[in-house]
Amino acid sequence: MPTIADKQAALVAEFAALPDWESRYQRIIALAKALAPLPDEHRVEGNRVRGCSSTVWLWADLKDGVVTYQADSDAVLVRGLVALLVQVYSGHPPAEILAAKPAFIEQLGLNQNLSPNRANGLTAMVKQIMIYALAYQAKLARGG
Amino acid sequence: MSYDVDAIRAQFPGLDDAREGKPFAYLDSAATTQKPRCVLDAVARWLGPAYGTVHRGLYRRSVASTQAYEDARATVARFLNADAKEVVFTMGTTDAINLVAWSWGRSRLKPGDQVLVTGMEHHADIVPWQVTAPITGAELVACPLLDDGSLDEAAFDRLLASGRVKLVGLVHIANSLGTVNPVRRLAAKARAAGATVLIDAAQSAPHVPLDVATLGCDFLAFSGHKVYGPTGIGVLWGRGEVLESMPPWRGGGEMIERVSFERTTFAAPPARFEAGTPPIVEAIALATALEWLMAIGLEAVAAHEHDLFTYAEGLMAQVPGLRRIGTAPERAGVLSFTLPGAHPADIAAVLDMENVAIRAGHHCAQPVMARFGVPATARASLGCYTTRADLDRLAAGLHKAVKLFG
Repeated sequence: MPTIADKQAALVAEFAALPDWESRYQRIIALAKALAPLPDEHRVEGNRVRGCSSTVWLWADLKDGVVTYQADSDAVLVRGLVALLVQVYSGHPPAEILAAKPAFIEQLGLNQNLSPNRANGLTAMVKQIMIYALAYQAKLARGG
Repeated sequence: MSYDVDAIRAQFPGLDDAREGKPFAYLDSAATTQKPRCVLDAVARWLGPAYGTVHRGLYRRSVASTQAYEDARATVARFLNADAKEVVFTMGTTDAINLVAWSWGRSRLKPGDQVLVTGMEHHADIVPWQVTAPITGAELVACPLLDDGSLDEAAFDRLLASGRVKLVGLVHIANSLGTVNPVRRLAAKARAAGATVLIDAAQSAPHVPLDVATLGCDFLAFSGHKVYGPTGIGVLWGRGEVLESMPPWRGGGEMIERVSFERTTFAAPPARFEAGTPPIVEAIALATALEWLMAIGLEAVAAHEHDLFTYAEGLMAQVPGLRRIGTAPERAGVLSFTLPGAHPADIAAVLDMENVAIRAGHHCAQPVMARFGVPATARASLGCYTTRADLDRLAAGLHKAVKLFG
């Protein structure tokens, strides 16, 4: 079972092997297309991530000590990045998620609008991923 | 004299921003314009060696500052063909409209009165009235738009006929659609119906000559940073007798005649509406920008941009699936559009990789987005420094976007 760090390193290597920005974006768009749409019951106002110019929904569940994320966006590139984040962070215990850094996105060779180092939607999304992890960690600590 | 766009571009350090061999195509001038070097120099001078306060110092530096600040007002007046006493410096268009909504609105509007705006207003000409309405008992009414993004003038006439409309807010050029409203005709109708008329000229000031003597409005607002000047400065022009009749909106220094705890009397306009130390440097540098723009000539700029606009529309027509939002017969400055399979944010992100800067979003005009059934649009906008090469690069980027997202 690869760790979050393993998955991140694999993605950085995969993107580094792509020759230009167009092929990197094609990869992100392919991820967007492959992402299963968020079920309507989770596509609700309460799961909307604030601070995005496009609309982003994020939902998470805790089962057997690991978190599973599901997300969606009405913008293709953001949806692709959401897919990437969901892939990276899903299936891990809250403690590992909280310890992981999202810096790998900056190493994928995308533009700054799509990197989480700005006050933008991705920052908000990564924050929301962490908030879920924190909440589930507290739940686990309570023996829930 | 022919229009020398290269000579103009050479004066803008902000345009010189090539990335990986790709020149910078700045197509977001409707949001904010780049600044010519003379404006940067004016800021450096008046914030540096010439800096001093206005209206109160009795020393040489302050006297010079005061003179430059009041000269700046005279320049704005010349830009609008107005009287300097009718020019109020504000922080921008939003601030100017808030001034009208607070001062004029709260003192004039009564229960049952209506404020009529077009359905293509920027939020800056909607929200101040929504704040004022419940306080005064007046009601905000929006005039609908036709499918091409022009104003439904028959509806406008009907709404005016109620006899309840006390103020009409008209955007001159809509920032989300590019629609040029027939403001002279609309203002004449509104005034005939007894309404006071405010024109939001934020988008038109950099694109077309403005003449308040013939526009027929009572108020006109525009922003410094959209006419090649600094941020934090704008203008409210108000017809002399209207400004004269209005109470202050912000209290403080500069706007008084005499203060005591029993009774304070207020200065005459424009000082009455400029409480506190004003944005001195910004006002002076705005005047520098306007002088610069007037030296090129607004007619020449308008002709240049008209040519580019037609050229851009020709290019956009060749992009498969591109939907133009805003196709009114009279349009200028901005080109809003969507592409199938891509969110406007996607389009902007792809164009940014090509070093082409456009805007994606609702453009602070959510009612317009709702009217056209889109959450957002992509928007390219033109400035006096825009070239056909910029637009060619936009078109090439759009074809790439179609390939990626299609």
